[in-house]
Amino acid sequence: MDINWDFVITALPLYEKAAWLTLKLAIWGIVTSLVVGLLCSIVLYYKPKILTPLVRGYIELSRNTPLLIQLFFLYYGLTKLGITLSEQTCAIVGLGFLGGSYMAEAFRGGIESVSKAQIESGLSIGLSNRQLIRYVILPQAFSVTLPSLGANCIFLLKETSIVGAIAIPDLMHVTQDLIGMYYQTFESLLMLVVAYLILLLPLSFFLTWLERKVRYAEFGN
Amino acid sequence: MLSSGINVLADGSNFSRLLGGLLITARIAFISIILGSLLGVIIGLARTSKVKVLRFLCRFYLELFRIIPILVWLFFVYFGVTGILDIHLDGELVAVIVFSLWGAAEMGDIVRGALESLPKHQTESGKALGLSFWQLYRFVLLPQATRRLLPGAINLSTRMVKTTSLVVMIGVIDVVKVGQQIIERSILKEPTASFWIYGFIFILYFIICYPLSILSKKLEAKWEN
Repeated sequence: MDINWDFVITALPLYEKAAWLTLKLAIWGIVTSLVVGLLCSIVLYYKPKILTPLVRGYIELSRNTPLLIQLFFLYYGLTKLGITLSEQTCAIVGLGFLGGSYMAEAFRGGIESVSKAQIESGLSIGLSNRQLIRYVILPQAFSVTLPSLGANCIFLLKETSIVGAIAIPDLMHVTQDLIGMYYQTFESLLMLVVAYLILLLPLSFFLTWLERKVRYAEFGN
Repeated sequence: MLSSGINVLADGSNFSRLLGGLLITARIAFISIILGSLLGVIIGLARTSKVKVLRFLCRFYLELFRIIPILVWLFFVYFGVTGILDIHLDGELVAVIVFSLWGAAEMGDIVRGALESLPKHQTESGKALGLSFWQLYRFVLLPQATRRLLPGAINLSTRMVKTTSLVVMIGVIDVVKVGQQIIERSILKEPTASFWIYGFIFILYFIICYPLSILSKKLEAKWEN
């Protein structure tokens, strides 16, 4: 297998640009998901009458449908209702819609993992409500939530690969274009894989390290 | 104006064509889930074996699929592997290959988790009774592991069903592609077709995946105690 290095060098700037775009969309998507997820988990915690079934419905809808269809519906379908979003807004809204439910589940799992005995013990030694949240609930919930939040971030960054389908020049789209135009299939695919490894491996290692660090906060370790 | 577009679903043979597309999608998902589960059990056994190299290799294999997006894998096999080996592979076959390999990696992890969660004395009691390796797994470990891995395995199946929507990107005429064809053909007559067709496909996926997630949640709650 001979690699055409000239082609690799010529195409490199394209991949660099696409990688930054992928990263940008992923970060915005993750931020949106975190906000949506946090709001949903607050609703699920306090259980107000009207909002709870809405949030439950949203979570089920978002978890049981593929991102590609969500994006197609947002991008091609909603314009017919008069709601026209730009490609990138669409991608971020789509990622937020998908990721929000995953983040909500992660937050909920964290809050539920703090045992009642912990809260009662805190109250019985005279902690105020704020102290209880600050020193007892949050540190323990955080250490449980963090691994799943991290997994969700990687999941969303990977899901970004689909946004090329709605005409965003991301890594997949650039690869498809290059294969179609120059037939340098192997080189394009190689750069695609390497680009994703560069984006994902550091994040994966960082999250593993972080997970080990926060594990110390867990009770009984 | 918008509501008139819903007719496009019932127009001509559109409805049966969409369901025909769904059948292709379902066939890919079904074959991949079966193959992936069978291979996954073998990988799960390998990951709990005492041979370090084997454990490492299987772990590495899993990480490959965890790190690199499935769409990239589809592209890689569809455009890359076929080019290197100078063969032609049908898009549907590529999808089945990639989804099976991915399913096997993830299923392997689920099987490993289930086997490791079994109390050690189960293995030891089995050995003390003089069971052979195969008897131990066949009669003691695998039956117990099965109920522990079932919720995770069903969850994986819904993920695989959802991911089958990607096969449209490698030229398989699945439900999404059929939808696109219908939209393009009726674009002048029914400009709002895209809203209804994509909305319909959205609901189709939900109808398939939602019962599975409920089942998985129920089993998890039932066997937790």
